[in-house]
Amino acid sequence: MQGKAAMFLRSDPRLYESRRKLEQQAKHVLGFASAKGGVGKTTLAVLAALHLARMRFRVGLLDLDLTNPCTHLLLGVEPRLDLVGEEAGISPPKIAGIEYMTIAFFTGGKPLPLRGSEATSAILEILAATNWGQLDVLVIDFPPGIKDEILDLSMIGGDNVKIVVVTTPSKLSVEAAKRLIDVARSEKLSILGLVENMADKPGLGKELARQQRIEYLGHIPWDPDLEQSFGRPEKLVEGKAGKAMREVTERLVKLLEG
Amino acid sequence: MHEWALASTVLGFLFRELGCRKLEHVVIALGELQNIDWEVFRFALKNIAKTEGLEIKHIEFVRKKAKFYCNRCGHEWTLDDVNLSEEEREAIHFVPEAVHAYVKCPKCGSRDFTVVEGRGVELISFAGEGCNVSALRS
Ligand SMILES: Nc1ncnc2c1ncn2[C@@H]1O[C@H](COP(=O)(O)OP(=O)(O)OP(=O)(O)O)[C@@H](O)[C@H]1O
Ligand SMILES: [Mg+2]
Ligand SMILES: [Zn+2]
Repeated sequence: MQGKAAMFLRSDPRLYESRRKLEQQAKHVLGFASAKGGVGKTTLAVLAALHLARMRFRVGLLDLDLTNPCTHLLLGVEPRLDLVGEEAGISPPKIAGIEYMTIAFFTGGKPLPLRGSEATSAILEILAATNWGQLDVLVIDFPPGIKDEILDLSMIGGDNVKIVVVTTPSKLSVEAAKRLIDVARSEKLSILGLVENMADKPGLGKELARQQRIEYLGHIPWDPDLEQSFGRPEKLVEGKAGKAMREVTERLVKLLEG
Repeated sequence: MHEWALASTVLGFLFRELGCRKLEHVVIALGELQNIDWEVFRFALKNIAKTEGLEIKHIEFVRKKAKFYCNRCGHEWTLDDVNLSEEEREAIHFVPEAVHAYVKCPKCGSRDFTVVEGRGVELISFAGEGCNVSALRS
């Protein structure tokens, strides 16, 4: 690793503590990412975490969308600081069977406009201090784009960190997914596979997965009732998108355990 | 206590990553924004070191006042110029960057400001046996 960012991070004790915590406290770390916004990362990350919990895995969910954290809306949690436990660091509350951490606990849902190095600093602070216990899978919801959050995670590293690329069948989204795959490869961030969201049948996403030789995890149909289940995890997993995501999650598990 | 996590992060870096064996002295800056309890932090450092069988002869803290700079209008200010509730202070204690959610530039109202100084725990210097600083550059 070279360059100024690397030097800056490398002399920060929190980088090592973050890496150690991720390695020791989670068998697998799975980030849901996309270069384009609004393709369904948050929805699918939450659904994956819910399904994993129902399959009796020990699962954590970390909302790393610093400017626009939303996972609490899907889980039906009011983001209050007093939910966070404090024991030699910070402990996530258990929500719907998930060890849950979000920046929104600390901002009360207020906007948090951060420039680069401060975004990195917030991420390191949370990762270095959060005690997850022993997780099978830590699911991370990333903000859109190929910026601090995802670059930082690639530097924090750990062999157990992988990303799931989310795209829709749209040409624009697939083009963006291609760029993300490119960056993931140059930054040595492993890609577990690609999910095609808002797709009633396999489309350009599947084509991209084939071209790029990455695993196609499946497609999630458009679900007109999705938003009505926001805030009710037990309904969320039973909906049209929820059910399709169960199959995708089963595939994820096979790949992770494979 | 958050102080314990911060202490173990600093010690882990020195002893595990850099391979320090015995430390003559460690200087740590404590930024006003994170509002660390000095006594608890010192106690945590000593205790963790002891249970891990590590030796630190001298620990020095440097207090740093929080300073903010507005990227929009250039105004500079300190924590004395803002009002924060108990709960907001607590949130900032955990994640100092949360200050951007609660504080605006007192002059122009922008949230686009930089914490110039006094953010939180910062390792300033250390000296001891076996600390391999070049490990940072590989
Ligand atoms: N399969 C689906 N069917 C119907 N609506 C969906 C589906 N997936 C996601 N949505 C809706 O699309 C919108 C965007 O979804 P979501 O917030 O999960 O995307 P995102 O990629 O996380 O967005 P951002 O880039 O802003 O973080 C939401 O309103 C969500 O309810
Ligand atoms: Mg999102
Ligand atoms: Zn200003």
